Amino acid sequence: MLRSKIGALALLAGIGVCAGAQAQEVNIYNSRHYNTDKAIYEAFTAKTGIKVNVIEGNHDELIQRLKAEGASSPADLFITVDAGRLALAAREGLLAPAKSEFLDKVVPPNLRGADGTWYGLSMRARVIVYAKDRVKPEDIKDYEDLAKPVWKGRVLTRSGTHPYNLALTASMVAANGEAKTEEWAKGLVANFARAPKGGDTDQIKAVAAGEGDVALSNSYYLGKLLTSSKPDEQEVAKKVGAIFPNQGNRGTHVNLSGAGVVKTAPHRADAVKLLEFMASPEAQRAFADSNMEFPVNPAVQPHPALAALGAFKQDPLNAASYLDHNDQALRIMDRAGWK
Amino acid sequence: MSVAGNRRDGFGLGLRVRRIVAGTGWGTLVSVGLATVIAAPIAAVFSQALTGSSGGLWAHLASTVLPDYVVNTLALLVLVALMTLVTGVACAWAVTMHEFRGRSVLQWALLLPLAMPAYVLAYTYTDFFQFTGPLQTALRAAFGWRKADYWFPEIHSLGGAAFVLSAVLYPYVYVLARSAFLEQSACVLEVSRTLGATPFGTFWRVALPLARPALAAGVGYALMETLADFGAVKYFGIDTFTVGIYRTWFALASPVAAAQLASLLLLFVVLVVALERVSRGRMRFHQTTNKYRALPTVRLGPARTALAWLVCGAPVFFGFVLPAAILLRLIWLGGDEAWDTAIAKPALNSFMLAASGAVVVVAVGLAVIHGVRSERSRLAAVAARVATLGYATPGTVIAVGILICIGAVGAWFDLPTGALLGATVFGILYGYLIRFFQVAYGPLESGFAKVSPNIEGAARSLGSGPVQVLFLVQVPLLRASILSAALLVFVDIMKELPATMILRPFNFDTLAVEAFRMASTERLDAAALPALIIVLVGLLPVILLSRSLNSSRPGHRQ
Repeated sequence: MLRSKIGALALLAGIGVCAGAQAQEVNIYNSRHYNTDKAIYEAFTAKTGIKVNVIEGNHDELIQRLKAEGASSPADLFITVDAGRLALAAREGLLAPAKSEFLDKVVPPNLRGADGTWYGLSMRARVIVYAKDRVKPEDIKDYEDLAKPVWKGRVLTRSGTHPYNLALTASMVAANGEAKTEEWAKGLVANFARAPKGGDTDQIKAVAAGEGDVALSNSYYLGKLLTSSKPDEQEVAKKVGAIFPNQGNRGTHVNLSGAGVVKTAPHRADAVKLLEFMASPEAQRAFADSNMEFPVNPAVQPHPALAALGAFKQDPLNAASYLDHNDQALRIMDRAGWK
Repeated sequence: MSVAGNRRDGFGLGLRVRRIVAGTGWGTLVSVGLATVIAAPIAAVFSQALTGSSGGLWAHLASTVLPDYVVNTLALLVLVALMTLVTGVACAWAVTMHEFRGRSVLQWALLLPLAMPAYVLAYTYTDFFQFTGPLQTALRAAFGWRKADYWFPEIHSLGGAAFVLSAVLYPYVYVLARSAFLEQSACVLEVSRTLGATPFGTFWRVALPLARPALAAGVGYALMETLADFGAVKYFGIDTFTVGIYRTWFALASPVAAAQLASLLLLFVVLVVALERVSRGRMRFHQTTNKYRALPTVRLGPARTALAWLVCGAPVFFGFVLPAAILLRLIWLGGDEAWDTAIAKPALNSFMLAASGAVVVVAVGLAVIHGVRSERSRLAAVAARVATLGYATPGTVIAVGILICIGAVGAWFDLPTGALLGATVFGILYGYLIRFFQVAYGPLESGFAKVSPNIEGAARSLGSGPVQVLFLVQVPLLRASILSAALLVFVDIMKELPATMILRPFNFDTLAVEAFRMASTERLDAAALPALIIVLVGLLPVILLSRSLNSSRPGHRQ
């Protein structure tokens, strides 16, 4: 009795936000930080009249915030750039199936949660970038090759604990088992040209400048350099080539950016609409052209600069497996010293 | 009321109980209540450490990364302590006790690095000094070198991290050392000289030991900031304890083990603070005279002026001029892309947050210290001490603690607390209160220490209530301390990133968030503009602070 009275009082005194809940809007918890996404939200608002509100943050922190806010969370849609984190949010019971025939039709099955709790919206392939003047593309075929002694002092990567490298290592645990992957990680660390640092763009620039000869990078960072209008970045792009690894076996590792509808979403129907819009050709075109990502919708072609690298075979592993092997991958990195 | 309580007769247990009860007036209640509110989120995190199980994680951590965390953190602390102490003291002594051309410029320029966030320094220095950066590229082009042909210091190293942190943190030591030197008694220095001590001997054996509490406080600030720093060390790839907490929490998804790590860290802080206090023993540092005479300053010749410029100019160069120049270069080279970022609204948000945060934190600090002081309550003093621990706690830990607390309160009272966070800045301001309480409390505490209790006693005996005493007597007397406290909190909030990031409402970007967003998508050119504006907005309070510092000694030449 007293509790609810205090509650009602605090509600009256503190915040008049409940009125907002009826308005036409979607609230996004977002860990994609690309400026170009704003244009996609604006296009959605222009088309539907539904306002899009965004809080951006690190995916792990946003998951914490969702959990703490519980049933009263204002969040409708959770968007992130790592499939493992999407699967984690689903496993924690924070997401609910979108139940959308359209999404089930356009998003391939290995790029979404089996129950419809999350959907991939764009892909990035983990490619190997090499220095054209020092490496022949046929010298390196698979991720596994990076651990061979011939590459000693020549390999560049970003931090091992970054989700992109964690997901790659998790996919290797799924393919080769824990023991072999640990051996690989140790060989990789022994081949480092320098301690891991910087982002993927930094690895590509370092290859061009001669700090190392091969590097792991996401395809869209390479795509951005290939299409850059800045002379120094064009110079970098000229000096490097890229291969899609593991074409002779399981295929190249891809990670996803995707989204899921929050279980307690106050604007559920509008959230599904936005999710569907993001999988539609119009928005998929924008993902492909402005951020150089691979569209998940097979009806949409990648940007010509990426398409010029050639078609490639993807590792068909469902992205949810990245989560299953996440802990093993992290512990492997600790033991191998991939910082 | 407490005065009456203390006067009553009584011995033994009865007296002691009565003392505790007598000390528990309204002031104490307010102090303890506020301190509890501040400490609650941190306590919430720790309660996880005690109640949960971390599985077999500790064995894994201990056999792999934990030794690194400990060694890196300790080494970083020692390096930052040494560098900030030497820089801060040398610069403060040079500009306070000497007269030379350009001294008045250096005097405030030395404060400029306060406006520079450590993570911005980390980004800019990396961009400039790394293998692919302009400096090494130019060197390679000029001499035809390749990678194996030359050695260049690696900025992404423990030494590099210590350098970057010291470059922005030394002003804490400088400010406090300078006020201590400004307040010292001219007579003591003169006595030392007449007894045969050299100028350096006077500095080393008299002035420096007398300034010990101020220096300890200044280094303490720098070290607490170092412990709480995540952005710079993470970017440099140095695995410190804080990086470990973050990784264990999120990547290894073990809040329990992370909370246990965080508890260890704070235990360490408490131990070090206690050790410093114990090692002072019964030493006291009061000035025995209130007589203010002009300090005996020395006029420097050209050679020594050059030396003074070198000593005081280097920190300003590395902590402010160079990084600001690199930011300007990035904006220049970035062309249109550098301007592809929202500025006006984030700038306004940052400013409003910093201003309202400063008011909140200082007001709470005043209320707490008033309770501690007016009733001489041990309980309130201990509670206030606990509340200051937030300063050494990483912003993310505080933010998650707040989320846990707000979630629990919301569930208990059946309140839509999620909406509260989503629509208001309540969560962020709460976060700042915890994170920066010490920043306000420190200056207020030392300010209060200089106000004789007799003044309060006189006001009370003339019939004023405790609240009246606070507003009519103490606040006017403490104007300078209150201003410094508010300015320091303002600058800190401008720079704060992790707590702001996670606790903010919808569509609410700040400059720090905008800079981070751009940097995290590997667009350093677009991150440079918001970073530079953080620094520019932070300059104003820094300049104000420098003015209030200069006027703190009556009659000292500016």
